[in-house]
Amino acid sequence: MSQTKKELLVDPLVDNNPITLQVLGICSALAVTSSLQVAFVMALAVTFVTGFASMFISMLRNQIPGSIRIIVQMVIIASLVILVDQILKAYAFQISKTLSVFVGLIITNCIVMGRAEAFAMKNPPVASFIDGVGNGLGYGLILMLVGFIRELFGSGSLFGVTILQTVNNGGWYVPNGLLLLPPSAFFVIGLLIWAFRTWKPNQVEEREYKIQQVEAH
Amino acid sequence: MSDTQSPEPKGAIARFLAASPDSVGKTIFIAVAVCLVASMIVSAAAVSLRPVQEANKLKDKQVNVLQVAGVYKPGINVTEAFAAFEPHVLELSTGDFVDDQFDPATFDDQAAANDPELSIALDDDPAGIGRKAKYRVIYLLRDDSGELDKVILPLHGYGLWSTLYGFIALENNGNDIYGLQFYQHGETPGLGAEVDNPRWKALWNGKKLRDDAGDLQITVAKTQPAAGADFYVDALAGATLTSVGVDNLVRFWMGDAGYGPFLAKLQAGDL
Repeated sequence: MSQTKKELLVDPLVDNNPITLQVLGICSALAVTSSLQVAFVMALAVTFVTGFASMFISMLRNQIPGSIRIIVQMVIIASLVILVDQILKAYAFQISKTLSVFVGLIITNCIVMGRAEAFAMKNPPVASFIDGVGNGLGYGLILMLVGFIRELFGSGSLFGVTILQTVNNGGWYVPNGLLLLPPSAFFVIGLLIWAFRTWKPNQVEEREYKIQQVEAH
Repeated sequence: MSDTQSPEPKGAIARFLAASPDSVGKTIFIAVAVCLVASMIVSAAAVSLRPVQEANKLKDKQVNVLQVAGVYKPGINVTEAFAAFEPHVLELSTGDFVDDQFDPATFDDQAAANDPELSIALDDDPAGIGRKAKYRVIYLLRDDSGELDKVILPLHGYGLWSTLYGFIALENNGNDIYGLQFYQHGETPGLGAEVDNPRWKALWNGKKLRDDAGDLQITVAKTQPAAGADFYVDALAGATLTSVGVDNLVRFWMGDAGYGPFLAKLQAGDL
């Protein structure tokens, strides 16, 4: 194995981030980042699911028949997601009300499937678990950054604690309503990708085309 | 075959594990085994956590009843405070309590709305709810001397994206609004979801449903109607359709198709 365990955990945070480099898991990142608290719980849930799904799939990797491997992966992932959903409903009821359908949609999160298929099918359980947790944390990191910007400027608060008193509540801050709507996450994530790639130029993808100077006739 | 290669696995299980995963038998075995194990884990979790989840749902509803009646403070014992509320099953068409037919503690009026026996399909359906239960669970709050203080009525209707479920609290004259609160909705955060904003909810306090002639006048609108400020709640800025939805559902449930017969009795003092 070429990567150490620490690299497996830390790489997906910045250097190989599932959202900013691989551009996976965008859909749920749009939906759950309007408040930090929700983003935080979602990040934990995804980290849990990616970690354990990768681990279980890796434990079975030599037994899973190639013809039905995606279905087997889905069954394992779906079971873990239902487990998380049930636990949230039992012990974090208010948050599960806000997250509602998006916990269930972790099943369709490309990051979970992506790590199962790309890593867990070829690597031992412990490494797969760490890789899954690392990618979950990488996803969570972006979620928290986007959530920070959206909640602070969209509702003037952080984790529900008022920072900028909004006009609706008798303060001075006119909140930016766009930031509360899902499309704003596109802009924020786009800007984050730009920032990341300016900081780490090796993440910039090669152009698929070339601009050629043609002499005028 | 020479024995210098990997030794022949011994025993049925070892042979099975070493077999190629792509054989038909193993494919079927793995599929069945994975499904069995996964379904056992999922059902175990669902069954063992259900009591906690049910308790959460119940508590959430109770907290909302307490909040709309203005008795909720953070940290109070919800079950104890809720015991002060008297639940009744109300027959909407007559305005009578039918507690002898249904147990108020267990009657589920949201489920009843989908039961053909217990509900009616609506032709005139401004609240966008499709079917209306014939019976609803309402709560009475009495003061220390046993006099009726407030009534808490559940209501729901369609906003912009979602059905809003909530409670309205009325004073004992059946006409003055004490408060309105939604406990479940999926309106746009920051716009329609401002129905949860305490400052907007406070606007409902002290408004009246009907004028002296007995006509339903309460409305959520952008500008004050001719009936006057007592019947007017300012619509939410940037959430026209949610405001229209709230207007429709409040007027529907307070009207004759909703709690009208009950409210008339309440006003006449027949309770």
